[in-house]
Amino acid sequence: MGAKLKLVFALVFLFMAEVIATHAANAAVVVTISNFTFDPAEVKIHAGETVIFKNVDDIPHQVVADDHGFKSKALDTGDTATFTFSTAGNFGYFCGLHPHMLGKVIVAP
Amino acid sequence: MGHSPEDKASAKGVDRRHALECMIWAGTGVLWTVVGGVPKSLNLLGSAEAATAETHGFSFLQISDSHVGFDKAANPHALDTLKEAISKVKSLPQKPAFMIHTGDITHLSKAEQFDTSRQIINEAGLDVHYVPGEHDMVDDVPGTEFMARYGKNAKGAGWYSFDQEGVHFIGLVNVVNLKAGGLGQLGAEQIAWLADDVKSLADSTPIVVFAHIPLWTVYQQWGWGTDDSTQALALLKRFGSVTVLNGHIHQIMQKVEGNVTFHTARSTAFPQPAPGTAAAPGPMTVPAGELRGLLGISQVSVVQGKRELAIIDTTLAG
Repeated sequence: MGAKLKLVFALVFLFMAEVIATHAANAAVVVTISNFTFDPAEVKIHAGETVIFKNVDDIPHQVVADDHGFKSKALDTGDTATFTFSTAGNFGYFCGLHPHMLGKVIVAP
Repeated sequence: MGHSPEDKASAKGVDRRHALECMIWAGTGVLWTVVGGVPKSLNLLGSAEAATAETHGFSFLQISDSHVGFDKAANPHALDTLKEAISKVKSLPQKPAFMIHTGDITHLSKAEQFDTSRQIINEAGLDVHYVPGEHDMVDDVPGTEFMARYGKNAKGAGWYSFDQEGVHFIGLVNVVNLKAGGLGQLGAEQIAWLADDVKSLADSTPIVVFAHIPLWTVYQQWGWGTDDSTQALALLKRFGSVTVLNGHIHQIMQKVEGNVTFHTARSTAFPQPAPGTAAAPGPMTVPAGELRGLLGISQVSVVQGKRELAIIDTTLAG
């Protein structure tokens, strides 16, 4: 009984450790779309990391790379789009509906 | 730059033939008239001429920015206000020849939003000529749903022209292939088509151009303009009467430049702030009792033998 309980604790600990490790590796940066701006307008991440775009405006927005390398669906209020950047570089993007809205993701190796 | 109706109404020293004015009817509407190819208001036209317009011309109707699918705080019942707008159209004493819709028919380009909008708008019993707004172009393959319904006889991304009793109407599309940092865009292909479309027309042919985003820069900081509109307008410079009707900004703005009159219509769904008066150009929530005074339709009258059009903007509150 005692041994069984220890095993369960060990498994739970291992599981939690894995969750924490996974979370650390995929630490996501959040860009909030609010008042027709990307906030923050410029984010810095490392290759393999993820950026989550969340629209909190009462109007849809759409995240589109300047070179159309990535493109979200139209994001209605509360919707999110998630992009993982696997290669280093500067990725400018804009809103597909309101192209005066600009942002940039800077990806370090 | 944009001018508010009040600005234009108070302008002095404008040649009568080139005057474009609008008159707010007790806060419920605006009448425009185009004489000699140049719009002016009913208050300049006079009641006798207005009566002539009713018997010897035709009128058409503009609605815009119905945003079917919108249900946020600025108007949780955008479908109801569209229905009210169509009821206004049906109750007009002079039946319009047709209707134009200057885009943002839907909020999110969904098939059911297009179907619902068509069902309601067709209640007016009029032919409707549509151009898309940017909200009608956000399906997976942009423009699929719009073009399936309204693009069958159009060129490119949905542009076309037609004639009605001597007036040449041109529907343009300035909401596709938008570029980072840019405004609305017509594109080289459409401008080349426009050059060809108008080349055989006499200078005296009245021209009405309609498109979603304003074809002049109302407010650059909010993207309220079209990058290459000057190229298109240059092709229309020789005409004595050019009227440009737009939507997108959900409020009335107007300007006269030479023989060209620019006018934007109200939305049937929700108002937006005047340029620079808010942090952003999104839906503007107003006290419930004020909403219908900020939504509306526009009726344009063409007087045969005259070169003026009359444009009446009527709110849903009126």
